[in-house]
Amino acid sequence: MLNRRTLLGAFSALAMLAASNGPAFAQDNYDIALISKGFQHQFWQAVKAGADKAAAEFGVKVTFEGPESETQVDRQMDMLAAALSRKPSAIGFAALDSQAAIPLLQQAKDAGIPIIAFDSGVDSDIPLTTATTDNVAASALAADKMAELIGGEGKVAVVAHSQTSRTGIDRVDGFVNRIKEAYPKIELVTVQYGDGDQLASTEITKSILLANPDLKGIFGTNEGSAIGVANGKQELGSNIVVIGFDSGAAQKGMITSGVMNGAITQNPVGIGYETVKAAIDALKGETLPKVIDTGFYYYDATNINDPKIAAVLYD
Amino acid sequence: MTDTAAPAAKSGPRISGAFHRLLAFSGLIALVVAFSLASPNFMQTQNILAILQATSVNGVLAIAATLVIITGGIDLSLGTLMTFCAVLAGVILTYLGLPLPLGVIGAILAGAASGLISGTVVAKLKVPPFIATLGMMLILKGLSLVISGTRPIYFNDTPGFNQIALGSVVGQIIPAVPVPNGVLVLFAVALIASFVLSKTALGRYTFALGSNEEAVRLSGVNVDRWKIGVYALAGGIVGVAGVLIASRLNSAQPALGQGYELDAIAAVVIGGTSLSGGRGTVLGTLIGALIISVLANGLRILSVAQEWQTVVTGCIIILAVYADILRRRTL
Repeated sequence: MLNRRTLLGAFSALAMLAASNGPAFAQDNYDIALISKGFQHQFWQAVKAGADKAAAEFGVKVTFEGPESETQVDRQMDMLAAALSRKPSAIGFAALDSQAAIPLLQQAKDAGIPIIAFDSGVDSDIPLTTATTDNVAASALAADKMAELIGGEGKVAVVAHSQTSRTGIDRVDGFVNRIKEAYPKIELVTVQYGDGDQLASTEITKSILLANPDLKGIFGTNEGSAIGVANGKQELGSNIVVIGFDSGAAQKGMITSGVMNGAITQNPVGIGYETVKAAIDALKGETLPKVIDTGFYYYDATNINDPKIAAVLYD
Repeated sequence: MTDTAAPAAKSGPRISGAFHRLLAFSGLIALVVAFSLASPNFMQTQNILAILQATSVNGVLAIAATLVIITGGIDLSLGTLMTFCAVLAGVILTYLGLPLPLGVIGAILAGAASGLISGTVVAKLKVPPFIATLGMMLILKGLSLVISGTRPIYFNDTPGFNQIALGSVVGQIIPAVPVPNGVLVLFAVALIASFVLSKTALGRYTFALGSNEEAVRLSGVNVDRWKIGVYALAGGIVGVAGVLIASRLNSAQPALGQGYELDAIAAVVIGGTSLSGGRGTVLGTLIGALIISVLANGLRILSVAQEWQTVVTGCIIILAVYADILRRRTL
């Protein structure tokens, strides 16, 4: 499946014109365009894998695109505009900014193209539903696990991936508010931002550790941040508690080896799958719930191989 | 447009830049024809307008980059300066609640002021442009976060602000072709920049600095002053790009912008401007920016997988520059 898509892509890219409009396995000829927040990152590739799985299962054509970085709001608008020109049957959209896309989404609605939001919502009632993780609740769970592992008192810090994106804000708020409300003996010393970059997050972690030798634990709010925190901990030979977010081969390895105590995982494969499924349901005229909760879990070395957990982790 | 190639070519006889522009232009036409044949959805009014809209911000940035590159310099701060100007417009309009024209003027002046600083650091402190503007890139990235309070600023309280890029004056006259105002702004900036390059003293010194700065200095010209002037003009143009992107998104996104300078530089290079300075045109840059947008849009309409879109774009950039080298060697 994946090979076939890649080959098709290669062929059409190199020959530029040779590729006709789409693979032959489409049954209902549904053409669903997914515009994501990112592309290369393993998380988005897992969303793509879920979308591809649904495409194969239901016999529809799915394309998946996203900007190189999660700050490129205007590039995402260009992708959405190009997808609209293609006249797809339905569009799945993960908004980088909750407002910027509204004029284009209105255009889609006027053209009768159903919109399914995924991962992040839009400040508009145009999307028929949103397939997403409750990031505030997920990070509150990370705070509970942190409190449990450090014995309910001491200093903690957060290394976060974004000051401006919804997930960045929700995860920091979810963690910080939970600590403040439920654990008065835990002191939050700092929240620092490394843009989800491993190396930047490593350096940030080392400076936090050097400034606070008595620190008990750090929460890294996405894959890149969490790996950076664990690397910083190793480089300084520290033994703080590290809780991460999302999965990926490196993070899974760190949890198995004990460098990282555990992490929250969303269900990216489920997000992609549910988005495509919701689009098909919408095209068939079925009514959809306002939000499709795609779930989250805490995993550590003890349950990383549970079938239920292993199914939502990705490399 | 007049031929603005440098008088001092280092090797071989002097050749006109017109040939390269023709090459780039025929490349653009070839792409448009190819995509039109491949998909009926490409050559639609709505899609052509989407391509132009996608070109507007990168096009304006690329014009700013062209000016600096012709002097033999480089400006890596273009992307984050654009963001800084956008955020400043947000602060003026939304946080301070001042009238719309002040936001636009403030953004453009801030761009020019930043260009003035970059230019001064390059000309007076003799810091290489690559390093000076790298520093400015980081300073502006940080300042954008500082003055915005690290949140996107929305322009919901300034009705009409999003019309700067998204509205359509043309559409009110000819409803069938609602060319977005942002595209008109791009063309206006292009006209002004090519006028400056071809008809003013600043334009002549821009080329002269890129060809042989030492010769210009020895002939008694105040090189520093002109160089600072070019960076300031480029900065002001970046301010326009900042207003455009903020208007288009109806918000100033403080984290956006880094990396956009590379797309702008790619457009400049595809358009036949030499990175070693002394040679280049605004028209070429405009064509280069259009090639990038057409390519991205067309490959998306054909549903080409994203990883291959990137590969093809890379190949086109190398081909364009190779064609330039070939031209200089053979003619």
